[in-house]
Amino acid sequence: MISLGKMAIYGVVFVLALLAAAKAHDSLFAVSAIIFALASAIAIIVTARRTSFSTNVAQAVSGDEYLDGVVRAGMIATMFWGITGFLVGVTIASQLAFPALNLEWAFTNFGRLRPLHTSAVVFAFGGNALIATSFYVVQRTNGVRLAFGNLAWFVFWGYQLFIVLAATGYLMGVTQSREYAEPEWFVDIWLTIVWVAYLLVFLGTLYKRKEPHIYVANWFYLSFIVTIAMLHIVNNMAVPVSFLGSKSYSLFSGVQDALTQWWYGHNAVGFFLTAGFLGMMYYFVPKQANRPVYSYRLSIIHFWSLIFMYIWAGPHHLHYTALPDWAQTLGAAFSIMLWMPSWGGMINGLMTLSGAWDKLRTDPIIRMMVIAVAFYGMSTFEGPMMAIKAVNSLSHYTDWTIGHVHSGALGWVGMITFGSMYYLIPKLWNRDGLYSLRLVNWHFWLATLGIVVYASSMWVSGIMQGLMWREYDAQGFLVYSFAESVAAMHPFYVIRAIGGTMYLAGGLIMAWNFYQTVKGNKRNEAPMGVVVKAA
Amino acid sequence: MLEKHERIEKSATLLFILSFIVVTIGGLVEIAPLFYLKNTIEKVKGMRPYSPLELAGRNVYIREGCYLCHSQMIRPFRDEVERYGHYSLAAESMYDHPFQWGSKRTGPDLARVGNRYSDKWHVQHLKNPQAVVPESVMPSYAFLANTDVRTDDAAMHLTANVRVGVPYTKEMIENATKDMIAQANPDSDGADDVKSRYPKAHVRDFDGNPKRVTEMDALVAYLQMLGTLVDFKAYKAEDNLR
Repeated sequence: MISLGKMAIYGVVFVLALLAAAKAHDSLFAVSAIIFALASAIAIIVTARRTSFSTNVAQAVSGDEYLDGVVRAGMIATMFWGITGFLVGVTIASQLAFPALNLEWAFTNFGRLRPLHTSAVVFAFGGNALIATSFYVVQRTNGVRLAFGNLAWFVFWGYQLFIVLAATGYLMGVTQSREYAEPEWFVDIWLTIVWVAYLLVFLGTLYKRKEPHIYVANWFYLSFIVTIAMLHIVNNMAVPVSFLGSKSYSLFSGVQDALTQWWYGHNAVGFFLTAGFLGMMYYFVPKQANRPVYSYRLSIIHFWSLIFMYIWAGPHHLHYTALPDWAQTLGAAFSIMLWMPSWGGMINGLMTLSGAWDKLRTDPIIRMMVIAVAFYGMSTFEGPMMAIKAVNSLSHYTDWTIGHVHSGALGWVGMITFGSMYYLIPKLWNRDGLYSLRLVNWHFWLATLGIVVYASSMWVSGIMQGLMWREYDAQGFLVYSFAESVAAMHPFYVIRAIGGTMYLAGGLIMAWNFYQTVKGNKRNEAPMGVVVKAA
Repeated sequence: MLEKHERIEKSATLLFILSFIVVTIGGLVEIAPLFYLKNTIEKVKGMRPYSPLELAGRNVYIREGCYLCHSQMIRPFRDEVERYGHYSLAAESMYDHPFQWGSKRTGPDLARVGNRYSDKWHVQHLKNPQAVVPESVMPSYAFLANTDVRTDDAAMHLTANVRVGVPYTKEMIENATKDMIAQANPDSDGADDVKSRYPKAHVRDFDGNPKRVTEMDALVAYLQMLGTLVDFKAYKAEDNLR
C-alpha cells in the first residue's frame, strides 16, 4: 500500500513537471522541469520493481538493523562528486593561466564553470560526505536505526537531484549570482524540502536513541543542519519573474542584500565546512586513534562558542565597502575572537592522539586526519588575520583569499573526509581492511604537497597583486596598470594549476583504492612503518 | 557546568532549540539595523531604476558570471579612487536586486566603467578581449552579438522588480518592451521617451548592428551607465553622516 501511495505521488509530480516543461516561460526552466520529470519517472519504475503485490509477504527488513545502504551510496557519491569537483577546479585554474581553454563556447566559459566547481566541491562532495557520515555516526552513537523508514533514501536521492539541477543550471547560465547560493528559486525550494527531510531523519533518530547522552559529534551535525536551513531560506528569498520561469529578483537590494549574502556566505564556511566536519572529527579521529576525545569540557566550550561567534563574522567580507563601519568592526572583532574556539577545537582534536602519536608512523589514515586538523588550525589562524581591516585592505579582491579558502577546503575539509572515508569503506563493505595502505600514503603526500603548492603560489600572487595595485612612484603616480598586474599573475596561475592537478591525482588514487577494496581485493605489499633492522 | 550541561545533552529538543537561538543572534544584530539606518537607506540625487535594456544587460552580466572576476565596489583608498573613481556609495546599489559588489578582482573594478570607453571598444573587447588587452585572461563573449535579447517579457521583469521595492511606474511597465527596443534604435519614435523616463540613459545602437537588438546591445548599454548616475559635484557626504 505504501509503495502504491508513493508511486501515486511520484506520478503526480511527473505529470506536473511535464506540464511545467510544456508551459515554461523560458527554455532553461523547461530543461530543469524535464530533468525533474525524468527523476520522478525513474522513481516510479524503481518503486514498482521493488514492490511485491501479494499481500502476505513478511517485511524483509527488521526494525533494528542499521540502515547502512544509504551510507554506502553516500560514500560512492562523495567520491564521484569529489573527482568531478577537483577536475572542474583544475580546468578553471588552467583557464586563468591559458584563456584559450575557455574554448569560445558559452557553456565552457570560466564564468559558468566557476560556480560548478565551487558547488561541486562544497555541496556535492562536502554535502554528500556530511550526509553520509552523519547518518553513520548518528546510528552508531545512539544505537538505533535511522528514523522514518526510507526517508533517508529520499534525502540521498533528493540531494543528488538538487546537485544535478544546480549543475545543469550553471552551465546554461541559470544563477542568482549569490556566491555559494547560485541556484535559482525553484532549485532552492527543492533543496528546502530535502533539507527538512534530512532534519527530520536526524532529529527523529536522536529522539529514539538508546543512549542517555547525545554524543558531541551529533551536536555539531545538528547545529550544521539547523543553521544551514536558516541561512538557506533567508538568503534565497526572491520574487520570480514567472512561476514557470528560471529568473528571479532577490528580495533585498544593495547593502542589505550584500550583508545577507555574506552572512550566509561566511556561515556556509562556518557551518557547512566547519561545524559539520567537526562532527566528523569528533567521531572518526577518536575511532581511528582508538582513544577517547581529549577533553569533554573543552568540547562543550568549543561547541557553544563556535556556533555563537561564527554567525557574526560575515561582515569581514565587506570591509571598506558601503557597509557601515560599525558592522565591519563588529564582524572583524568576532572574527578575531573566533580564533579561540577554533584553536580550542583543534587542540581537542590533536590531543586526542596523546598516547597514540606513534601511530603517525604506521597509519597513513591517522596521518591524514592529523594533517586535516593541522590545516584547520592554520586556516582558522589565517582567517582572523585576514579579517583585520588593515590586512584585509591588501588581501581583499586578491588571490590571497582564494589561497585561504583552498587551504581550508583542500586541507581541512578534504583531508578529514578522506580520512573518515578510509576508515569507513572497509567497515561498510565488510572488508577486513583497505586494498592498500601504501596507496593511502601516496594519496596523503600528493594531496599535502598539492595544497602547499597551491596555497603558497596564491599567497605570493595575492600579496603581489595587492601591492602592485597600490604602488606609487616618487612623483605620486600609480606605477602599474591593471593589465600589468594580470600579466604578473601568469606564472602563479600555472603553478596553482599544477598544485590542483596533484590534489586531483591523489583523489584518483583514492577512487582506485576504494574500488579495489569494495571488490574485496588486497594488494600484496610490505606493511607500512616496518622498522628496518639495524645492520 | 558539566552537570548543568547534562540536561541539554540528554534532550534533543533542548539541544535543537538552544542551538537555534544561539545562531540567530549575530545575524539579527548585524542585519536588521541596516533597514533603518540613515546612511544605508539614504537617497542620493540622480539614482533611478535601470531602463529595461540596461536591466536585460545586467541579467546577461549575472548569467555569464561577470561578478566572479569583476567587483563593483570602489573602496575609499587613494589608489582605488585614482584608478576607478569616487568610492562607491550605498545608494548606488539601492536598486540592485541582487547586489553585484563582487569579491574578487581577476579583472578591474567596473563600478564606474560607464562612459570610459567607446561602445566599439566594449564590443571588440567582449568579442575578443586579447585583441584589445593582450594580457587579459577574459573569455570571449562573441556569442552575445549573435543572440537576440528577449523583449517580450520586459514588463514582467519590471513588475517583479516592483514587487521587491523598485519604484517603476505604471507607464514604465506598460512601455517596457517598446523602451527596450527604442533604446538601441536612436532614430525610432520612442527614443526620446526612453531619455525622459530614464534620465542619462544612453540611446544608441550599441553593437554596431542596427537591424537587431542583441544581448551585446543590452550588456554594453548596462556597462555604459555603470556609476554614471550620481553627480558627485552636487553630492555632499556630510549629509549622510551616521
